[in-house]
Amino acid sequence: MTAPIETTGAAAEAQPEAVLQGVEKKRIEGRSLGQIAWLRFRRDKIAVAGAVVVVLLIAIAALSRPLQALLGLDPNSPNQALIDPNTTLPKGDFGGMSADHPLGVDPKFGRDLLARVLEGSWVSLIVAFGATLLSVAIGTVLGVVAGFYRGRVDAVISRLMDVFLAFPLLLFAIAISASLQGGAFGLSGLPLHLGVLIFVIGFFNWPYMGRIVRAQTLSLREREFVDAARGMGARGPFILFRELLPNLVGPIVVYSTLLIPSNILFEAALSFLGVGIQPPQASWGGMLNQAVKFYEVDPQYMIVPGLAIFVTVLAFNLLGDGLRDALDPRSR
Amino acid sequence: MTETTDDESKKIPPQQAAGKTAAEGPKDGPDGSGTPRQPAGDAEPLLRVRGLVRHFPITKGLLKRQVGAVQAVDGIDFDVRPGETLGVVGESGCGKSTMGRLITRLDEPTGGAIEFEGTDITHLSTGKLRPMRRDIQMIFQDPYGSLNPRHTIGGIVSTPFRLQGVEPEGGVKKEVQRLLELVGLSPEHYNRYPHEFSGGQRQRIGIARALALKPKLVVADEPVSALDVSIQAQVVNLMDDLQDELGLTYVIIAHDLSVIRHVSDRIAVMYLGKIVELGDRQSLYGAPMHPYTKALMSAVPVPDPKRRTDRDRILLKGDVPSPINPPSGCRFRTRCWKATEECATTEPPLVALRTGHQVACHHPELKPGESAVPAGAKAAGKAATDG
Repeated sequence: MTAPIETTGAAAEAQPEAVLQGVEKKRIEGRSLGQIAWLRFRRDKIAVAGAVVVVLLIAIAALSRPLQALLGLDPNSPNQALIDPNTTLPKGDFGGMSADHPLGVDPKFGRDLLARVLEGSWVSLIVAFGATLLSVAIGTVLGVVAGFYRGRVDAVISRLMDVFLAFPLLLFAIAISASLQGGAFGLSGLPLHLGVLIFVIGFFNWPYMGRIVRAQTLSLREREFVDAARGMGARGPFILFRELLPNLVGPIVVYSTLLIPSNILFEAALSFLGVGIQPPQASWGGMLNQAVKFYEVDPQYMIVPGLAIFVTVLAFNLLGDGLRDALDPRSR
Repeated sequence: MTETTDDESKKIPPQQAAGKTAAEGPKDGPDGSGTPRQPAGDAEPLLRVRGLVRHFPITKGLLKRQVGAVQAVDGIDFDVRPGETLGVVGESGCGKSTMGRLITRLDEPTGGAIEFEGTDITHLSTGKLRPMRRDIQMIFQDPYGSLNPRHTIGGIVSTPFRLQGVEPEGGVKKEVQRLLELVGLSPEHYNRYPHEFSGGQRQRIGIARALALKPKLVVADEPVSALDVSIQAQVVNLMDDLQDELGLTYVIIAHDLSVIRHVSDRIAVMYLGKIVELGDRQSLYGAPMHPYTKALMSAVPVPDPKRRTDRDRILLKGDVPSPINPPSGCRFRTRCWKATEECATTEPPLVALRTGHQVACHHPELKPGESAVPAGAKAAGKAATDG
């Protein structure tokens, strides 16, 4: 009899305190702009879907090789048994779809398309991320410096941006890639091709990033909190890194996510033109390149990598748009 | 670097300033510009401004040839005494804010001299200015722009400690929470962000930040003009209380005459980059001598409709002339109803016609029995042009 009463008593005593503590904690804790952006982002279902797909894609790309091994498929082993020797097309309907080869095989060689798309995913993403990182790094540093110091520094950097933007990028990329095919910097084969692609795409895309960052910096540096910091004795670097950069994170993140899909497309375009990743290494652009010869008789071969690019680009764009709306609600 | 001297001087500003008068008395000599002081204000001024000029160059063409200058501040003199509040009024574009930015050295003067506690800070470099920054702080106009939206309140108010390398007793966090309480906010707001606060609360945060390093001089550039009228009173009264509590000296820049009247001990009236009248509150509001001040005063709304008809409103005609090409002689002559030939040719000097009341005008408004000849014999030379 006494025991239950005691426990309830203790519980009754403990509970209000616990509730109060919870309330107290909630009251003190402020929401940072980041947390608010996250709450806004979560409400945007389409953006969340994009984010889920992006995360899945990154996981697939990272685990591409183990996945291939798990499925028992190899992107580069030919299988002539699946090819009709007269037409060089895969035997069977829909490009040779079967339980063993769920997305069919490619014409001429009979290589598994699922394995090749998986293999292409990491190539595409690594090039896109690397190139984006490169242009964001150059663009942010030069943009912030130009916007903050203004004057001659700004004039020089801005003209440099104009020069880079005036370059016929595609022709230039073709020229560089073609001239470096043999090997350079002690690299050859796949690492060289990846490096060249990342450099060409990243190095010539930074002015877009630079202009955005410069414009933001120009408007931010006139805000009174910069004067306030200066009035307390802050030097240039402190103002740049502590006061300005935190306010630039939003636009930089948003623009990066929108830059990734355009870089994926650019990589595909270069590989499609035959100056990017070289066969037999599988890449989405390279697969499209080969599929052009067969699209009338074996559309499956073109649809598979095309769809992969489409889904990836769409997901990144949705994510980027959602991030922009969440980080800067006024831009809607 | 100069920690020991700084710490000493920070504790008790009034006594320290009094001590300096004796020690650095001779410094008063070379200036001798005839600035008469009240008997009580004989102490060494905290801030001394002489002939301060700021021209913003206008450049043209590829070679950036200078074709003119916006004469935002064009030769102003004034002193700020320890413990007082100097109010600065004037209409938009008269150079008030530029003046505030110059004396806090957020901007570099084109000419003239600014002395703070006897040290010339007119052209000090950022590095050398750094220790001085502790003693001169600024409160900004826009409570939305002056706080970095990405930092917490705790981060914002503790920035001065970080930048100056000061470790307050009991730790930075405790000191910041004490400051928040001092300005009427809850110490629990430490981890919140600026966007969670109203304009008045943000202005309090700005005040807490300005007071963090226990400055001697606080320059407030339109501290309440961005706030709701009901909040204005709160913030103004807070600033008043803090002045009593901490022995602060204020320079408050505003265009609202009633705010200035409420807070100031002395008032400077600016017109087109010049100080036209400088005097004690009572003297200036009671009997303004400069026609411009008189016109300004007559524009203050009178809440009593019966009295409203009694007074004569002075409506100034025309606009403020461009500071790129100001009128010759007296700058106010283009809108002044008393202007004569003399006003166009001779620039009236700022002279003391009453105790503690200076005016720059050839035809000042005088009370019966007053003379247009300067009261102080010291200023006689300068006033020779006066009719």
